[in-house]
Parts: sequence; structure tokens; C-alpha cells
Amino acid sequence: MIGIFKSMYITFATMLRTPVTIEYPAKHRDVPQRDRAFPILLWDKEVDEPFCTGCHACERACPVECMTVTMKDNPLHADEKSTRRKIVDEFWIDYGRCMRCNICVEVCNFEAIAMNNTWAGHELSKFDRNDLVLDLQQLLSQHKQDKIDAWVAE
Amino acid sequence: MVQEHELEPETVDIGVNMGPQHPSTHGVFRMVLTIDGERVVDVEPHIGYMHRGAEKLSESMDYRAAIGFQDRTDYLAQFMNEQAYCMAVEELLELEVPERSEYIRVILCELNRVTSHLMFLGAFGIDLGYFGTSFTYGFRERERIQDIFEEVTGDRLMYAYFRPGGLAWDVPDNFVQMVRDVLPHTRQGLKDLDLLMTQNEIVAVRTKGIGAMSAEESINWGLSGPLLRAAGVDWDLRKDKPYSIYDRFDYDIPLGSHGDLFDRFLVRLEEARQSLCIVEQALDQLPDGPIMPEKMPRRLRGPEAEVYTAVEGARGEYGVYLVSKGGDKPYRLKMRSPSFCNLSALRDMTVGSYVADAVAILGSIDIVLGCVDR
Repeated sequence: MIGIFKSMYITFATMLRTPVTIEYPAKHRDVPQRDRAFPILLWDKEVDEPFCTGCHACERACPVECMTVTMKDNPLHADEKSTRRKIVDEFWIDYGRCMRCNICVEVCNFEAIAMNNTWAGHELSKFDRNDLVLDLQQLLSQHKQDKIDAWVAE
Repeated sequence: MVQEHELEPETVDIGVNMGPQHPSTHGVFRMVLTIDGERVVDVEPHIGYMHRGAEKLSESMDYRAAIGFQDRTDYLAQFMNEQAYCMAVEELLELEVPERSEYIRVILCELNRVTSHLMFLGAFGIDLGYFGTSFTYGFRERERIQDIFEEVTGDRLMYAYFRPGGLAWDVPDNFVQMVRDVLPHTRQGLKDLDLLMTQNEIVAVRTKGIGAMSAEESINWGLSGPLLRAAGVDWDLRKDKPYSIYDRFDYDIPLGSHGDLFDRFLVRLEEARQSLCIVEQALDQLPDGPIMPEKMPRRLRGPEAEVYTAVEGARGEYGVYLVSKGGDKPYRLKMRSPSFCNLSALRDMTVGSYVADAVAILGSIDIVLGCVDR
């Protein structure tokens, strides 16, 4: 009988505590800086072009093969505005396949790819699976519009 | 003239199908119970509903890329899986892990053991019919530790944080303080669960003497982890085959005596407390320094060799057997998952008990279906 009273004591003591839960869709908790949602591409504001040169390093390293990259000659390099000889032409990431392992970020030599660390990266519900395949413009838009303070480990 | 009827009624055994969508089978596990009235006569487990081919997938990619699949096997004790895999690759490639990385690994692994056991303590309450109460208590405390993992690794469940040779990146500057702030809450949470369940008469009636397994039987079945220690066998890889830096800490291995559900519950409760002791000691000793070895090859290429490394996971011995024929991919990767080996003894534990206890016995094995099917 003592044991049951002890259990009831804990239950009543907990009843008086402040709640620890957050009413999710109405309120959002802060995500940490290192939060890993899905990969995005970064935009070089000084030269006004993506950091990515389309070197295929991430595509080769991806364990789930969710990326497709193609490369082209950089038109800005011909005008001597940019030091990048090659630049990314097309870039697709299938968020439906991505398993968020961060390996693409680690293998990138140009710090051109980072994990989305905002809530926008998590709330991706779509009615059609194909909408989860993002192209180059969609991948760049977040950083281009200064919506992301990307974190990449040294 | 009325014919005389036979007075003895005939009884038949009934087959009851439980799962794979049954909520108390802890995932997609199906067992076919044969029952005689309320007694279980036979149990036939069916597994494989969650087989994703983690072993085969890991063989098809290089050593660094396969780390993501290690989390997805035992998804409640992910750091231990990563450590077992990384230790295997390190032994193969003869990489020396820096001191700081070893300490951070131990801290995270032990915190992970606490979250896993909190999950068990909560879910065990549900299996006994304590609907939701202990579950929410366990999850409340688990959440605080989960937040630390999120701050450190960036993910809440599939961390992919350990790398062959060390860690992916260093912990944040306030890591030590962050863990120290959480430890009192976790201690209080374990105390709450202790008061809620240990002396409760209803729990005692439902657990004492149920699903008991003797020490000899446990060894014969190849059980490991808390299940084996609940039967009174003093076998913990952290003490008996020290890996990493576990020989530098002072902690106890809790042992049971009867091997029944109650002992399994108590062993896990005490193990979680001991893990917190290890975390405290490791935080005191945490050195500065690099997190990756100085001579880290850019491409990991293994020699022709075979290695087996095992860690004491939250459910038992989690081993990785790695065969390399040269090159940057493993030729064969076998995971010795504790859930699968422990589950094999389900029939011997369950036969003879009541149907209602079958759920509790299954719960006490603490299986993770991702680990059983891999």
C-alpha cells in the first residue's frame, strides 16, 4: 500500500510543475546553430555567383545518390570577373532520398554546400513527391535572400 | 432412451496472432501465440518486416559514407553502433583516436545509454498497463539529453557524428556546462521513475517471478546486456573486455539474482545511474586537443584483414565483424545485434505464463526492430 501512495505522491507533485511541452504548430522552439535539415547551396555575394563549381565531389560521396550535378565553363571567368574557371550548370537534390548525413558538406572543397539550419528546412510537407526534387535556383534562393546563417565545421 | 453424453468437455488450443501492427510489440514484430485458456503454450516469432539490408548497403560504399546506416540499426542507442563500427574501421586501418575524441565518445555513449534506458523504463510501464504515466516521465527527461545531442551533432535521432579516426567536428564551447546542467534533472527523473514503480505493489505483482530465466539458460541462449546481468551473470564488456577508455572510470555493474522482469527493470534503472557517474567523471577529465589523428588519409583504404569489435550497447553486446579484401569498401560487414540474439530466447521465457504477461516479457527484452532486422 505504501508503494501506491508513493506513486500517487509523484503524480501529484508532477501535476504542480510547469509544463515542458510546446504547442508545436503555433510555437516553434529555437533550433541550434548546427541543426541539420537538408542541404542547400551557398551564394558568393562578392562575385554574384554560386560557390559551387560543379566538381561532382558531393555527388560521388553521397551514400544515397540523391544528387545530380553538371558543370559548365564560367562566363564570368572569360570577362575576368571571377576566379572560377568552371561553374555549376544544373544541380538537383532529391530531398525525399536525402538522409541528412552531412557527408556532402564534409567533402566539399569550396564550402559551397551547407545544411539548412532553420525551421524552413524541416517543414517541407508536399502533396507531390516530385516537388521534393529541388533545382539550382531553389537550392540557392535561401542563402541568396540572406535567410540563412549557415554553419560549416572547419 | 436418452443416450448418455460424455461429461468431459473437449478443450482445444487457440492460435492468436499478435502484430505486426500491434502497438505493444515495439515496432513491426509479429508473434503467433498458441494459448490454452489463459496460458501460453507456444510462441512463434516472425521477424523481417523492417529488413532494410543495412549490412549489404554498408558493403556497397566506402568506410566513411557507411556511417549513416549504423545509426539506423539500433535507433535508440545510435552512438554505440557508430562507435562499434568506427572501432572496427580504426582497428583495420590502424588509426589512433585522439584522447579528446575518446572522452567525447564515452560521454555521448553513456548519455545515450541513459536515453535508451529511460525509453525502456517508460515503455515498460505501458506494457504493464501503467498507461502513459511512466512513459511521459521517461520522455520528459529523455528530451533534455536529446537537446544536448542536437546541440552537439545537429540531429535529434540519426546523429552520424562519429567518424573513423575521431569525430566529425568538435563539441560546442559550452558543452561541459550544458551536460552538467542536465545531470541533476536526469537524476531526479530516474528518482521519480524509481518512486513511481519500484515499490508499487501492482508492478511487483505483475513482474516478480514472471519470465524468469536462470543464469545457465541465459548463457546458453547467448543473451547479453541487462538481460544477462539480471540473471546474475557478471558480464559487461566495459569491465571485462575494456575498449576505448572505460578502464579509467570508477563505476559498478548492477546485477540481479532471479532473472525475472523485476530484476531486469531494476538493473536498467541502476545502470542508467551508473552511466551518469561515468559521464561526471569523464567531464572532469575531458582534455583539450585535436579530434582527428594528425595523419588522416584522405581516402580510407584497408588492408586484407578481418576484425571483430564489440561494444556494450544499451541492449547488450553490439559487435561489428568486418572483412576487408583491400580497397575502400568492406567485403563483408556483419552486425551482431543484441536485440536479435536476446529475442531468440522469447519462447523459453514466455511458455507457461499468462497471455497478458507475454507483452510484458517482450517489453522486458527491450527489442528495437531496426536492430533485429537490420
